[in-house]
Amino acid sequence: MNQRRVVLIAGAVVGALSVALTATGNPANMGICIACFIRDIAGGLGLHRAEVVQYLRPEVPGFIIGSMLAALAAGEFRARGGSSPVLRFVLGFFVIIGALVFLGCPLRMILRLAGGDLNAVFGVLGFTVGIWAGVFFLRRGFTLGRSSRMSIGNAMVLPIVSAFLLILVIAAPAFIFASAKGPGSAHAPVLWALVAGLAVGALAQRSRLCLAGGIRDLILIRDPHLFNGFAAIFVVSLILNLISGRFKLGFEGQPVAHTDGLWNFASMAAVGLGAALLGGCPLRQCILAGEGDADGVMAFLGMLVGAAFAHNWGIASSAAGPTANGKIATIVALVVMAIIGYTGVAVSRRPDHQRTAREA
Amino acid sequence: MTHRVDARGLSCPQPVVMTKRVLEKTRLGMKAKAPGEHEASDASGTPEVIEILVDNRTAMENVSRFARYSGCDVTIDNGDDNDCYVIRVCVKG
Repeated sequence: MNQRRVVLIAGAVVGALSVALTATGNPANMGICIACFIRDIAGGLGLHRAEVVQYLRPEVPGFIIGSMLAALAAGEFRARGGSSPVLRFVLGFFVIIGALVFLGCPLRMILRLAGGDLNAVFGVLGFTVGIWAGVFFLRRGFTLGRSSRMSIGNAMVLPIVSAFLLILVIAAPAFIFASAKGPGSAHAPVLWALVAGLAVGALAQRSRLCLAGGIRDLILIRDPHLFNGFAAIFVVSLILNLISGRFKLGFEGQPVAHTDGLWNFASMAAVGLGAALLGGCPLRQCILAGEGDADGVMAFLGMLVGAAFAHNWGIASSAAGPTANGKIATIVALVVMAIIGYTGVAVSRRPDHQRTAREA
Repeated sequence: MTHRVDARGLSCPQPVVMTKRVLEKTRLGMKAKAPGEHEASDASGTPEVIEILVDNRTAMENVSRFARYSGCDVTIDNGDDNDCYVIRVCVKG
């Protein structure tokens, strides 16, 4: 099957599963949201104490294990890493800060738009500007350095942790937190959520689906390949929302969203810039982590810790709007990412990073 | 003339960015040397080839798709083992 068809099918299935997960219990316009789900997992583990967003979402372990199984089947499972792991942690940390000020990762941004939430338009604009800024650095040679092969243990840690999370959500021991109200209490049945997560993980691994990559490649090399997946998610979820009566056009009263256009724009600009520097959106980081990429694991851990800080420090927004701390954190995120971008360009100009040669 | 790009260990989009940069430089050089000529070749008539080394399938797919999209002929060798792909891009003017 050609790559274009694979990415279109993957996008269509992700869009359909997102609406199906909403229909079976997940919050509105939140069938799949990597940032929200990682935030809920951070809460479920007790890393933050925001009582309305605590639940060990089975979808995320599903993404990671689904990606691992698909990579194993295709002979692509490789333990690799060592490409600026600390900077990847920091970028993951600030990407989820931005996503939780906006209230959604790039995937939920599309799902919100497909549900009629016009606040997401500001998010899309900001996300695009953020990626454009990332492309500015990439064109000048930005790099986080080369990765290399590692021992297999590095590739196995996150899939094993994912399996452990699934055991915890089923066993539900007393030390695990689960919301009684709010978005954390709204969830699809565990088995169904896991199956959907596995399917999304496997399809995203095979198709290389990446929401940031879609826009990045359009700007950088005028290649619409990955953007086709982006468009397929939107079109399929829009159609299913219209058919099932979930489409509600407007700015006000949208589910798990606020109406502050400026900070919807700025927070998603931070997500776009961070994702461009990381080489992929939050979903792509989960998929890379499942394929054995320890650098993807570092970005994932950065997002997990960032989600905890976002709620412990009052950074995450609510339907009432962004907080003062959230606005400060968004500005800090943009500044830190710009510094990482600048230093990544400077590093690439050192002679030991130049590996292009001309031979007669 | 063969230009070599070693993008092993680099994640996307860096292999594509490196390829794009060398492709643009090669085309600029060709235009300077042989204005009006459509076939890509250096002064001695040897075709201009860019050889890109990558070590994962995603980078291989992205680089080869970009090169084809840019109007070049592409051949791919699996290198000595499954950990290295050699993508040969024959540059057209």
